[in-house]
Amino acid sequence: MSDEVVLLSIWPSMFGMRVQIALEEKGIEYEYKEEDLANKSTLLLKMNPIHKKVPVLIHNGKPVCESSIAVQYIDEAWKDKFPLLPSDPYHRAQARFWADYIDKKMYNASRKIWETKGEDQEVGKKEFIECLKVLEKALGDNPYFGGEEFGFVDIELVPFFSWFYAYETCGNFSIEAECPKLIAWAKRCMERKSVSKSLPAAQKVYDFVLQLKKTMGLE
Amino acid sequence: MADEVILLDFWPSPFGMRARVALAEKGIEYEYKEENLSDKSPLLLKMNPVKKQIPVLIHNGKPVCESLIIVRYIDEVWKHKSPLLPSDAYQRAHAMFWADYVDKKIYSLARQVWLSSGEEHEAGKNELMGCFKLLEGELGDKTYFGDDTFGIVDVALIPFYSWFYMFEQCGNMSIEAECPKLVAWGKRCMEKESVSKSLPDQHKVYDLLMDLKKKFLAK
Repeated sequence: MSDEVVLLSIWPSMFGMRVQIALEEKGIEYEYKEEDLANKSTLLLKMNPIHKKVPVLIHNGKPVCESSIAVQYIDEAWKDKFPLLPSDPYHRAQARFWADYIDKKMYNASRKIWETKGEDQEVGKKEFIECLKVLEKALGDNPYFGGEEFGFVDIELVPFFSWFYAYETCGNFSIEAECPKLIAWAKRCMERKSVSKSLPAAQKVYDFVLQLKKTMGLE
Repeated sequence: MADEVILLDFWPSPFGMRARVALAEKGIEYEYKEENLSDKSPLLLKMNPVKKQIPVLIHNGKPVCESLIIVRYIDEVWKHKSPLLPSDAYQRAHAMFWADYVDKKIYSLARQVWLSSGEEHEAGKNELMGCFKLLEGELGDKTYFGDDTFGIVDVALIPFYSWFYMFEQCGNMSIEAECPKLVAWGKRCMEKESVSKSLPDQHKVYDLLMDLKKKFLAK
């Protein structure tokens, strides 16, 4: 029986992009369904009744929610193709640590950049750059966070690259000036088809953020 | 070469308790080091420079941080005894979803019930009970969240059982009245040596949390 794989997401979601990249890396055929978060589909509400959020991966009718969990699931369910996580438990723990750091610290800081103004925004910018510098240090001189090979942490982080232009414009700062190695890493990842296919254009994301700010009354 | 395992911890921390339970389940000998969080040891700052938090597991000199990542690491390294995660990829994703749910929801609400007052306190209390009821629904008629075997969701949640007395006192409520199945599960887990040895007495926790609350509110 061939696999039926469906991904519920919205195009600007960095979390959705993670799952797309993982599916593309493994060469898995899937159906992408764009959700309207102001009018969530019955399928989404049925498949993620707890959080009611995207992305949701549906594999042969069974849902997997939370992007980091979905990426690890994809790695385990299709384990004969291109491994995304290291095989050594210690390196796996390190990879999971960075994924958790990106989710908890970096993401929350990034939101302040476009959701707030004035002092709150400055705090957000400072925290965000600090996070990027920590990540840049973790990358070191390796081509990828996974070392020589593109892997889990690269997948967790690179979607944010599509939002960098929006952060820079909203916050009036340059990420490249602060973290040139990280930008070089991101451009390297963008050379991979799985990444360039899954990330939307920076301008499109920025337009989306402006629209979102209007809707949220954040001008 | 014998393994050297050290756990940097703080006795009332539910996150530290997770690591203790996992180590005990696997029968791993380790050295427990109590940290003073207002005067963190150089070892802690060296082993967790990014977050500077406990728990930290140090295995043969190498640190693993973040409680659920520690539990997974323990499960993967000492894999021949008491598996804490299912072997099936989908069931693993399902278990991680619920462990992640506990992580996202329970602690911040616990803090609200513990430290806040008035409307924020009421809201926290109601939301916490809502989460417990949801978890009770997920448990159903199973012995443990891991079905018949004690697993990662049980490990993630059971430490909060040692905080139940505080919830009831601060929240002026009976968890047993609202969630009898959850309390029954808690008692069942406490019959396991790995749990009863790892969790502090509820009254002791309450006394310390009230002390900390006084200091917190004095600031």
